[in-house]
Amino acid sequence: MVGGVAAGLAEHFGIDVFWVRLAFVVGTWANGFGVLVYIALWRLLPQGEPADPHQPAGLASATRRGLRTPRRTSRLPGGDLGQTLALIVLGLGVLLLQEQLGWGLANHLFWPLMIAVAGLALLWRQADEAQRQRWAGTNPDVPVLGLLLGGGGWAAVLRLGLGAMLLASAIGLFVAQSRGPEALGVVAIATMLALGGLGLLLGPWIHRLTRDLAAERRERVRSQARADMAAHLHDSVLQTLALLQRHAGDARTVARLARRQERELREWLYADSGPSGETLRAALAAVAAEVEDRHDVTVEVVGVGDVPMDDTLAAMVRAAGEAMVNAAKHSGAGHVDVYAETAGPKVEVFVRDRGAGFDPEAIPEGRLGIRESIRGRMERHGGMADVRSAPGEGTEVRLSMTLQERDEESTR
Amino acid sequence: MKSALTVVVVDDHQMFRTGVRSELGGSVTIVGEAEDVDSAVAVIEETEPSVVLLDVHLPGGGGAEVVRRVHQRGPDRKFLALSVSDAAEDVIGVIRAGARGYVTKNITGPELVDAIRRVADGDAVFSPRLAGFVLDAFAGTIEVAQVDEDLDRLTEREREVMRLIARGYAYKEVAKELFISIKTVETHVSSVLRKLQLSSRHELTRWASDRRLI
Repeated sequence: MVGGVAAGLAEHFGIDVFWVRLAFVVGTWANGFGVLVYIALWRLLPQGEPADPHQPAGLASATRRGLRTPRRTSRLPGGDLGQTLALIVLGLGVLLLQEQLGWGLANHLFWPLMIAVAGLALLWRQADEAQRQRWAGTNPDVPVLGLLLGGGGWAAVLRLGLGAMLLASAIGLFVAQSRGPEALGVVAIATMLALGGLGLLLGPWIHRLTRDLAAERRERVRSQARADMAAHLHDSVLQTLALLQRHAGDARTVARLARRQERELREWLYADSGPSGETLRAALAAVAAEVEDRHDVTVEVVGVGDVPMDDTLAAMVRAAGEAMVNAAKHSGAGHVDVYAETAGPKVEVFVRDRGAGFDPEAIPEGRLGIRESIRGRMERHGGMADVRSAPGEGTEVRLSMTLQERDEESTR
Repeated sequence: MKSALTVVVVDDHQMFRTGVRSELGGSVTIVGEAEDVDSAVAVIEETEPSVVLLDVHLPGGGGAEVVRRVHQRGPDRKFLALSVSDAAEDVIGVIRAGARGYVTKNITGPELVDAIRRVADGDAVFSPRLAGFVLDAFAGTIEVAQVDEDLDRLTEREREVMRLIARGYAYKEVAKELFISIKTVETHVSSVLRKLQLSSRHELTRWASDRRLI
């Protein structure tokens, strides 16, 4: 909640944030160790970039350029806040209990330490914020004070002041409490504290330097990504454009090249299915792409649910591919719709065209396409195929199969 | 016959706007063009078109932002979303913001005119892809104690209609297949659109953001 350390760790380890927070609180019982660890991690952990690394390139870019509408998260922060407060209260309770029982640090050390920690946290926090703004580029040239204040206005001043005050009072309290016979010792301690305090105040600036180094490193990675993208564009788009010019007179070839390029780019930019061949939808998309390339049609694949590929499904995909080829070759339609639905163990694939159609009863003996490649293949693997068509009404091939020996979890 | 349909084309690519203009020129009157959110809102409020053709991805906050801002002052303005990206999250987003349909940019001219007409008549336009998204989003069972159950579930009939559309059936083919009138098909589709826009079903949002990881 304060620096997002717990949430960050939780995300990293893939566990619920509650457990991480609990761990920090329990750690605090051991003489405030948890708090120290929290602050240390806050400093040391890299700041996460909000962008989702799994986002396809096109979407990531659209997000960055503000072409998309930011998603409003519907989750209420209330629950999270409540949990954190509860944990803090719990932690404080145990701390006080330790206090009473005389474990933990002696009283005269404890309170100054607590206050100092709170003050420091505020100071560092402020520097953190200023840093973030500097990166965001809203304050290109911040003066020394501006660095600490950032663009935060009154809240920043308040936080800074409060932090400094807390730190000062902590030092004061400590000195006051430990004033005793050994005056020499007090002076020594005071000097040390002054130096220490100064160091702590300067800490953020020193830290900034290391941070900037990290930023530079990130920039280098980014420029490498740009180079990769340029290479990709060169390999795909530029080549296609060159080919298009050479075939400018041949409308069919131009259409085919353009279609293939569009598909490739779309996949690269907005891919929403896994690597080809791993799931039913990806496999169907791959087959559809092949049919688009070989025959002069567009094939649109729409899927609902998905399931990992296996041998039976591979047969189904081949049958679907055969149906697509038939539609492309014989129907005369320029567009084929493919729809795949996975619901529980049941998988259905529909291949439909709005072309010439035919009379299913009157298929000549010689045409093995439907009979062997589609129906035979499906039946051998325990599935079914049926063909609906009538002259002038287009054709729809429906393939269905019930998956076995597969638990519900693997289908989604 | 010169149609009284007026259209504003909102897209950040000049080339696409020109293409639409030449393809639709004869059938509808294009009264304005815009290339980002602010100019779109201004042009739409000035020209008051029957239908706005709206790109999903748009500088200034995306198509959904345009719908939201125009609907604040003119809740009856009709939008038809179109995009090349097919990113489920964004398509659902612009529909939930208030667009009455979604088509992909490779739609043919006559089909686009048909879709514009349908939207102008107050009906919804679902491409096979959008129907697929909807079925995916409303798939699975849902806990009984939902706030508004009717909104969170498709009826059997609506599901059938969606499946046929996803399979590539046009409205009149759906009607024939299910032995119902085209008007009834339109009613079902509009009802699905309403559920898509109003459902508080949290799976809907979560699904949309999870989907790209599948």
